[in-house]
Amino acid sequence: MNRSILLLLVAIIALGGIYFYNSSTTKEEVSTDEPLKVGFVYLTNPGDHGWTYAHEVGRQQLQDHFGDQITTSYVENIPEGPDATRVIRELVADGNQVIFTTSFGYMEQTLKVAGENPEVIFDHITGYKRAENMATGNIRFYEGRYVQGVVAGMTTESNQIGYLAAFPIPEVIQGINSFARGLRSVNKDATIKVVWVNSWYDPVKEADAAKVLIAEGADVLAQHTDSPAMLQTAEKAGAKGFGQSSDMHKFAPNAQLFASVNNWGPYYIDQVQKVLDGTWSTGEGPDHMDGNTWKGIGDDFLVLTEFKNMPDDVAAAATAARDGIADGSLNIFAGPMMDNEGNTILNAGEVLDDGGLAGMNYYVEGVEGSLPN
Amino acid sequence: MGLVMADELLLAILLTSVPLILAATGELVAEKSGVLNLGVEGMMLMGAVAAFGVASLTGSPYLGILGGGLAGLLISLIFAVFVLGLATNQVATGLALTIFGTGLSGLIGAPLVGQSIDGLPSLIIPWISDIPMIGAFFRLDFLAYLAVVLVGLTAYVLNHTQFGLVLRAVGINHDSAHALGYPVLRVRFMAVLFGGFMAGLGGGYLPLVLTPHWAEGMTSGRGWIALALVVFASWRPWRVTAGAILFGGITIMQLVGQARGWAVPSQFLSMLPYFATIVVLVLISRGGRAQFGAPAHLGKNFLITR
Repeated sequence: MNRSILLLLVAIIALGGIYFYNSSTTKEEVSTDEPLKVGFVYLTNPGDHGWTYAHEVGRQQLQDHFGDQITTSYVENIPEGPDATRVIRELVADGNQVIFTTSFGYMEQTLKVAGENPEVIFDHITGYKRAENMATGNIRFYEGRYVQGVVAGMTTESNQIGYLAAFPIPEVIQGINSFARGLRSVNKDATIKVVWVNSWYDPVKEADAAKVLIAEGADVLAQHTDSPAMLQTAEKAGAKGFGQSSDMHKFAPNAQLFASVNNWGPYYIDQVQKVLDGTWSTGEGPDHMDGNTWKGIGDDFLVLTEFKNMPDDVAAAATAARDGIADGSLNIFAGPMMDNEGNTILNAGEVLDDGGLAGMNYYVEGVEGSLPN
Repeated sequence: MGLVMADELLLAILLTSVPLILAATGELVAEKSGVLNLGVEGMMLMGAVAAFGVASLTGSPYLGILGGGLAGLLISLIFAVFVLGLATNQVATGLALTIFGTGLSGLIGAPLVGQSIDGLPSLIIPWISDIPMIGAFFRLDFLAYLAVVLVGLTAYVLNHTQFGLVLRAVGINHDSAHALGYPVLRVRFMAVLFGGFMAGLGGGYLPLVLTPHWAEGMTSGRGWIALALVVFASWRPWRVTAGAILFGGITIMQLVGQARGWAVPSQFLSMLPYFATIVVLVLISRGGRAQFGAPAHLGKNFLITR
């Protein structure tokens, strides 16, 4: 009996070892002359589409830009839990001088390790807590969704848009509302049905939700979840949709109208350049607002892929909306603006500031239903 | 229009329940023989990656079915060697199998990420498939039809053949079965491998039909639901099938409820299948296991006494 327990323990340790070896391998690109070491923490393995892939592309751009001046490495498959603290500490112990943590759920862990290591520079993606040695970077994802709304409004025949959403957090709500603003700017009759999947990544459930939305009459689908399942479902059913985080046209060559691609490269390059120049700073004050970067289409942080599978006039309208957002002549959340219960949010002439964006807790006109609590 | 929509939704419900039907039926057979294999999630993932890999390499989703089943069978072989050969703890070994399967499928599947395949085509049976409501049952694919056949075979073998009787006897009391001269370990070995094969098929259904790409951990807990289903169905094959369709129905209807703006929180509906399982578990613990068909020696290892 003792022997079998021992065997079992050995087996579990061996299996566990294989699993963890696979899940947290550090891959390094070596160069010479004591280069700056830059580390990244990834939520999943990069694969070739979706959220983490976009960060991996950014890391490669960073490496290519600085060449021998820096080395970069990443740790993948790190859950957004207490274990992330250990992983970030390990990156510090490995001598990384700049560390990018690339998911919202690493915020507290990054803040904690930043407090312990004042000589290391931390950069947290999509969060809002900063410190003297911890900056935040984010993309105005919602800008791309306005253009999606414009295209959807001109493409739909049923005037029903399906929208797959992960969790009711401000970033997702901004996306839905921005989409609705774009939709209603070209089509007053179209409405959005939102389905909450309660997961960032569950391909089967995303496919189920897409099937349901199509069965309920939606002919254009948008998503704020990570897998290409929705687009594959749309392709099969003859519906249209938009890619998420990265270009997904190969999963749905006829269904993808365009994708909003997260382009982290410019941000990473800018931050590391400042570190190399010795000018990196998050400024004074409790919020360290100088360390806050939130940019969008105008700064190439968000890139829209080629407008495909649509008539020329729709592509022209999409281009105009994109360019308007880029040069600032089009403000997505400018009054008059009402919520979907008829309450006035903005009067004519008013615009929503960043604080108003971050605190969004309502649906604007054009979205059906009400926000889950 | 209304009926057409209902038809589409029924089809979605059936499709989403097929992996559960396959995996749960396999687990049912293993449990009936007295072996609790908690590795269903890991076996499904191995089935999913193998099915996708084979379909992608050969271009044939039908070979993918075979690949998925065989991969599930092979990984359950590891479990069988440990649990039956070395008499290791079934719960711990099963959990290890899930962790192992999750990691290994991710490793094998890394080069497959981002590829797309043509999934299994729907085999539409003419005429019957046009009947409202019932029609959805005749617009499925080969593997879904096969699932129904396999459930029927399982029910028949378990309840109407001598082999089934021996298998159940082994699960109820392995010492008595051994004393009567039945090969306890050999029967359990076959039951575990069958469970692995079925879990592999169930996992394979995800990339072959539901969403034709491979993604790490794409089963997202469906292996655990399959395990719960076996208990929920009190170890009866057709009830497993009905239970899987009910689970699928709740999954789809909570999405429909959201799209139609029903005033029920989606989290509540998402919770229902798990809640139902807990209720059944409570009933079982109160009413006695035998009454619900739980094999008396489920989870107990058999050591040959000389």
